[in-house]
Order: sequence, then structure tokens, then C-alpha cells
Amino acid sequence: MTDLHTNVVETEAVPVPPVSYRRREMRRAFQSLVTSRWALLGMLILLVVTFVAIFGPAVAPFDPNRQNIMMRLLEPGSPGVGDLTYWLGSDQLGRDVLSRLLYGARVSLLVGVAAIAVGGTLGTVAGLVSGYFGGWIDDVIMRLGDIQLAFPFILLAIMFLVVLGPGLVNIILVLGIGQWITYARIVRAQTLSLREKEYVEAARAMGDSTFSILFRTILPNIVAPLTVIASFNVAGVILSEAALSFLGLGVPPSVPTWGSMLSESRDHLLSNKWWMAVFPGLAIVFTVLAFNIIGDWLRDFLDPRLKENG
Amino acid sequence: MWTFLIRRLLQSIIVLIGVTLISFISLQMGGDPTYLFVSENASVEEIQRAREALGFDRPLPVQYLSYVWNALHGDFGNSLSYRQPAMGVVLEAMPATIELTFFSLVLAIGLSIPLGIFAALNRGRPVDGGIMTLAMLGQSIPNFWMGIMMILYFGLYLGWFPISGHVPFLEPLFAGEFSTAFRNLPQSMYYMVLPALAVGTYTLARNARLIRSSMLEVLGQDYVRTARSKGISETRVVMHHAMRNAWLPVVTMIGLEFGFLLGGVVVVETVFSYPGIGRLVFNAINQRDIPVVQASVILLAGIFILLNLIVDLIYARLDPRVKL
Repeated sequence: MTDLHTNVVETEAVPVPPVSYRRREMRRAFQSLVTSRWALLGMLILLVVTFVAIFGPAVAPFDPNRQNIMMRLLEPGSPGVGDLTYWLGSDQLGRDVLSRLLYGARVSLLVGVAAIAVGGTLGTVAGLVSGYFGGWIDDVIMRLGDIQLAFPFILLAIMFLVVLGPGLVNIILVLGIGQWITYARIVRAQTLSLREKEYVEAARAMGDSTFSILFRTILPNIVAPLTVIASFNVAGVILSEAALSFLGLGVPPSVPTWGSMLSESRDHLLSNKWWMAVFPGLAIVFTVLAFNIIGDWLRDFLDPRLKENG
Repeated sequence: MWTFLIRRLLQSIIVLIGVTLISFISLQMGGDPTYLFVSENASVEEIQRAREALGFDRPLPVQYLSYVWNALHGDFGNSLSYRQPAMGVVLEAMPATIELTFFSLVLAIGLSIPLGIFAALNRGRPVDGGIMTLAMLGQSIPNFWMGIMMILYFGLYLGWFPISGHVPFLEPLFAGEFSTAFRNLPQSMYYMVLPALAVGTYTLARNARLIRSSMLEVLGQDYVRTARSKGISETRVVMHHAMRNAWLPVVTMIGLEFGFLLGGVVVVETVFSYPGIGRLVFNAINQRDIPVVQASVILLAGIFILLNLIVDLIYARLDPRVKL
């Protein structure tokens, strides 16, 4: 788990640039990416995880839920039935750890991206409305956020999931709703400064509707900082999902997840069945690391003034 | 000062009311909450009796007011598995959790300060790169996995530290048995080393990065250059001139991190079978013991709010520019 509300980055917004400028920026981004070893590593890890999440079922050697009590708790590299090998060992029910790991990538990424989509959308709309209209709407929205931030996030998630019950949709909603205030605060701050800019004034003078001003004039100018937050947030959400699955509040047991694999490994630590704990943990660490690295790189690229000293 | 204090107190009360509201709403979200408090085999009559006894047949605003009133009195109903008041059960587990959270905070802050300063003073050298790489890694490791790895390596393989158990310190201290408490202290800390490090890894990593960048910023300031030009020793410049201002963002982070640590403790305690609120919540989740989960969450949120208030006051004291 990571602190989901503190990786906040604000960059000064500028009007939507022309296409040629954007193309130049894309080229600059690509050059910056290939010259930064860390960012390249992060991107590479992310590509591998995404590939695994999409094509995992096709490359998994076993059915991840197929139990074989004769093949339980096998060490990594143990031969299975026929030509098959348990490359990363098997668990307490004789299921292949590698296959479950490959399927687990799907859940982690899906939860991470979907929760950010939910939280990002809610927070962006709330932030736009709050910053543009101000007054009591702003007060109510921001105080709601303060209340939410008063909870250690994982406790809030536990409280809701215990009542709602575990499930993919529930966990996405709870983790997503947990993120909205991070986006709302950034978008609000940006909107407050942008609403006074000449081009927003111009749009208003031209008779554009409020909806158009918010979503076509202001929103495109605050996408950059949002992508930075989203990158850090995906990392945080993946950690939270793993923690909640570990506590038995994630997706149902029939769906393999990295967190639930770790939870199952607890009962076999004393008998030193290390592979049940090591591999799912490494999968989480590398995925989260990749998102954190890319978040750092994006932040430095989009606003070099924010670059951490050094 | 008093205006600030009263304003912050009022804010905290509003937030606490919000916490109870969220907690109340969470109870209602799954439909009729009565089903959360009765056994799965309960008959229709039993469910109806429970509904009336728990007051779930009343209008929602009345239910909420009664919920707040009871919460104010620490009454969250009886634990379904312990058959005694839920808050009592939670309070019994509380000292162990506070010990662990504070110890992990102390370890994390105590280690991150020298690491951050050392990295800043060696900016651009391999040792700086090494510390920052480890810090980045530390921010990506789930605390419960860190706990599992520590059990495997330091507990089972090397046998340096115990992998479960707890020696109470606060409990005898609160009971007035000071000699027992302080006799227990070394053992208590020894048992907490692994769980505290697991809980605190993220905070340690994050603060090391924060302190490094905060120090670098301060070290580049004119007044530090002036201090150096006056011939003051480097140690004094760092400790006396730079640290004072580099502290500010760290103090703010400590406030935020404490809540995060409390959340982390919930998960890590289950890994180490540590007898605190975390393990209690974990067991309560498995037994669907809602009163215990609610009492734990509200109590932890209350502590978090109180600590944030204290941090704000310390911050105002450290930086006179903060308007009181």
C-alpha cells in the first residue's frame, strides 16, 4: 500500500497547443524516455506485465484453478504430468504458481486502471465544478474530501468491503472512490487559475456553454498533471488491492490474484515453502516499481522545475 | 493561537461527525443491516426481533442520531464472536497496536534522517544513487510482503529475531506497574523489530527521499552559504542551520505517515500474529463481526484526527510564518 494522497504534483497549465507543437513534444518525450535508463526500465517492465495480463491465459502452462493433490507444494522446477514443469512450484492445492501469477497480472492491472478511471473521472468532474463555480459548492466538495482524508484509506476500504462483500466490481468502486479527492484537489487548483485566463474569458464571451468551457476549454489544459498523478495512483491502488486480497476482501477465491496468493502462502511459511510467497510478491514489487518510475519520469518531463534535486 | 486552536478543534469535530456518517452509510450500503448482526440460520422471527432490538426498524435519521449518540459513549454494540462490548474488545488490543505504530515510526524516522542527509551530502556519488534506488524500491514493496520476507530470512533462516509474539510495555505502564513495564521494554522492542520494520519500510523510504531533497534545497540557500563563509564547521552548518528548515516538510509528512502506518499495521499484524487491532480486525472480517470492525475503524480514525491536530500545532510552533 502506498499513501495515495500525497504524490500530488501541480504543473502550470498553458492553453492547448497546436498540433505541430504537440508532435514536437511527443518526439521530445520519446527522446527523454529512451535516454533515461530508469524510465526505459519502467516502461519495459510495464510492457511485459501488460503483455502477460492480455496473453497470460494463452501462455500459462496450466489451468490456474486446476487442483492436483498429488502435486501439492512442489518446489520450483519440479516435473509435472507429461512434459509440463512447475517452473515456479505449486501451491497447497497443487495449482501451478506460474499460471496463477500470469492470471493474477490481469486482475492487478484491471483493478489498478479501472479504479483510477472511476476515481479520476469523479475527481476531475468534482474539481472542475468546485474550482469553476466556487462558493458553497466548492466548500461542500472540499469538506467532503477533508473528511475522507481523515481516514487512513485502507480502513475505509475495509469498512465498506466488509459490508458490501468481496468482488471485483466492489473493490474497483471502493478503491476508485477512495482516489477522487486527489484528482479533485489538483483539478480545482488548476481550474481556479485557468478560469481567469484570457482564452477562457474569450470562450465565455463567445457564448460557449458552461459544459463546453469546463470540458473543452479547461480540461484539456490540465491533463498533463493528471497523468502524473494517475501513474503514481495506479501503483498505490495495486498495493491496496494486494493488501485487501491478502485480508480476504479482494476478488472471490476462484480468481487468482497476487495478494490472495500471498495470503495463502502464510500458512506454509514455517515449512519453508518460500516460492509461494516470493514470486507473487516480486510480481507486485516490479509492477508497482514500474509505475512509480514512470510517474517520476513523467513528473520531471512535464515540469522540470519539480525535478527532485539531483 | 487560541483562534487557531479553536478553529482546528471545530474542524476536527466536523471531520469526526463525517467519519461517523461514512461509517453509518457503510452499514446501510449492503441493504438491511440486520442481516450483518444475526447468524445465517436465524429464523424470520429472530431477524425481526434483532431488527427491533438494534433499532433498524426506525427512520434513517433517527438511526443515525442514535448511532452517533451510542458512538459518543463508545457503544458499538456487542461483539458477535466475543459476546462482550465491541469497544472493550478493541481497547484491549489497542496498546499493542500503539506500541508497534510508534516503534515503526521511530525506526522509520530515525533511519531516514541520517540516510537522507548522507545522500544529500554525497549528491551524485554512487552512495547517493544506491540509497535513492533502495528508497525507490522501498516505496514499491507491499508491507505485508516485506513482513513475510523478513520472517523467512531474519526469522527462519538466520534465526535472529522472533517471528511472532509480543511482550507488553504499555499495558503494565497504564496499570501503574512501572518496574514491570520498563523491565519488559527491551524484550518488547526485540519482538517488534521485524513487524516495525515491515510496517515502516515505505515511510522510511519516502522520508529518506523527502529529507534528501529538502536538505539539498536548503543547502543551496544564501544563509547556508553565509554560514559557511563565516567559517562555521560543516557539521554545525548542517545540524544547526540547514536541519532547522529542512525539518518542516518532514514534520508534515510524519502526521500524514502516522495514519498510513496505522493502516499498514492492520495488515502486517496478521502476518506476525501480533495481538493488536490489526489481527483483531482480520479475525473480525473473517467472522463478519461488524461491531468490532466498526469500533476499530472509528477508534483508529479518531486517533488519526487527533494526531493530525497535534502535528498542525507542532508545525505552527516550528515555523513562525504559519499564521496562528
